[in-house]
Amino acid sequence: MAKRIEVSDLDIYYGKFLAVQGVNVSIEPRSITALIGPSGCGKSTFLRALNRMHEVIPGARVEGKVVMDGQDLYGPDSDPVTVRRHIGMVFQRPNPFPTMSISDNVAAGMRLNAKRMSKSDTDDLVERSLRGANLWEEVKDRLDRPGSSLSGGQQQRLCIARAIAVEPDVLLMDEPCSALDPISTLAIEDLMTELKEKFTIVIVTHNMQQAARVSEQTGFFNLNGVGQPGRLIEFNPTEKIFSNPDEKATEDYISGRFG
Amino acid sequence: MTVTSPPQEPTAPRAVRRPGDRIFSGGAKGAGILILLILAGVTVFLLAESLPALTASAEELPGEGGLVSYVWPLIFGTLLSATIALLVATPLAVGIALFITHYAPRRLAQVLGYVVDLLAAIPSIVYGFWGIAWLAPRLVPFYRWLEENLGFIPLFAGPVSATGRTMLTIGLVLAVMILPIVSAISREVFTQVPTLHTEAALALGATRWEMIRMAVIPYGKSGVIGGAMLGLGRALGETMAVAIILSGSAAGITFALISSANPQTIAANIALQFPESTGLDVNTLIASGLVLFVITLLVNMLARWIVNRRADFSGAN
Repeated sequence: MAKRIEVSDLDIYYGKFLAVQGVNVSIEPRSITALIGPSGCGKSTFLRALNRMHEVIPGARVEGKVVMDGQDLYGPDSDPVTVRRHIGMVFQRPNPFPTMSISDNVAAGMRLNAKRMSKSDTDDLVERSLRGANLWEEVKDRLDRPGSSLSGGQQQRLCIARAIAVEPDVLLMDEPCSALDPISTLAIEDLMTELKEKFTIVIVTHNMQQAARVSEQTGFFNLNGVGQPGRLIEFNPTEKIFSNPDEKATEDYISGRFG
Repeated sequence: MTVTSPPQEPTAPRAVRRPGDRIFSGGAKGAGILILLILAGVTVFLLAESLPALTASAEELPGEGGLVSYVWPLIFGTLLSATIALLVATPLAVGIALFITHYAPRRLAQVLGYVVDLLAAIPSIVYGFWGIAWLAPRLVPFYRWLEENLGFIPLFAGPVSATGRTMLTIGLVLAVMILPIVSAISREVFTQVPTLHTEAALALGATRWEMIRMAVIPYGKSGVIGGAMLGLGRALGETMAVAIILSGSAAGITFALISSANPQTIAANIALQFPESTGLDVNTLIASGLVLFVITLLVNMLARWIVNRRADFSGAN
């Protein structure tokens, strides 16, 4: 079900402020694409533009094209709600619904799509998704406990389970490990490598080792100065980015000679 | 069980005590104690003053049949009018709060929020006048319609009041009175729903209404209940508006909301009777005040219990 995303001439605005300018990129299905770059360079903004979460912020808008398997996501007949059902998202801070139990959290997305589900179907879905997120063994005895009773790493895997339960085509991850300890980070990286068999994954990360470990393609975002829009400086296979990048700016950033 | 004597603690260096800290903590402690003293004072007063009425024989008291049959219709009237108010006001208030926080354009939301706060500041006597002079006469045709078409329901049994000064009217006036409080508090909790949760719902492909049902309402539920209880407290204790509007004939217990025979409420009854009361009658009124005090206490405890029942899921952790 994984799908390719083609982005062409994408400009992203917050009101009048141009935050990201002129992005052209093709994101491959069944692979992990990492986006790196300094803070404030627009990587998260770009990520949120891919599933139309960007426009949730008042005044935020986008110009240009994002095409997923021939369908323009910003076309006149495209509905942001439908787009988000096909392109799931995991956020920087784990955000399970605090008022729902663990199993209700996982089933939340499915309940939006199919109004009525039998108890056994729901149970199957919950187990399948939690297994998919490598969380089943840890929570199977307390599925009716609140999601907020889990540790941070478990909560983040719960959020991944919730996102993959609706079987999206693409999974966007916005610094999913930045609030987690190294062990939980490792668990989520392993999980990503499993998930890429089924999904197209785009991950924003500040951790360059993480990008090098998990991704096939890497994009480097940068901005020229404060108040300037962010740009996609270089997009290449991860190996090339980390060994022999085309751009001087990329090399400086990766080797720590930044700024 | 073995008792081990605790090892002699080395005397810890005395923490530095700054005068500012000491004054502040003393002041805060004093304020906390004061509120307890006031509450205790009120309780003692109510108990002591109502004691003569509680111990008096039935013949000495106003009305026939003793204290219970005197107070019971008042309790009933109080609860009935407050319940109507709450049933009408809460859904409306939640709707207003959701509109302000999630649907209205920013400028309109600001104006609306300001208007709602203003409504809360209007003195109750003004609501009373509005109710009797404007609302009640205009409700009469509606009550006639209710009696003709739904008269078979005991609530709307005739004969319809010609003045419109009925239990349903006062319920509606009280609803308007508590609407601002309930909606202001609901608005406050709805704006505090973390973006994290609303975005989680939206990213799953929820529409705006689904997002509200999934993230906003569950998160704000305990706050809305708290707001409703504050409103209920005001409705239970409201005196002037009820005293003006309700034609408190001694109707006893009746569920007929639109007829002219209505039970009074405790607070309004005290206000109406007190100026002409002496001796044991005063004690009786104070005893009814004690009952009102207990009712509000019970309502608050009930609300607290409802809120705490699922504390794990409240989103506060």
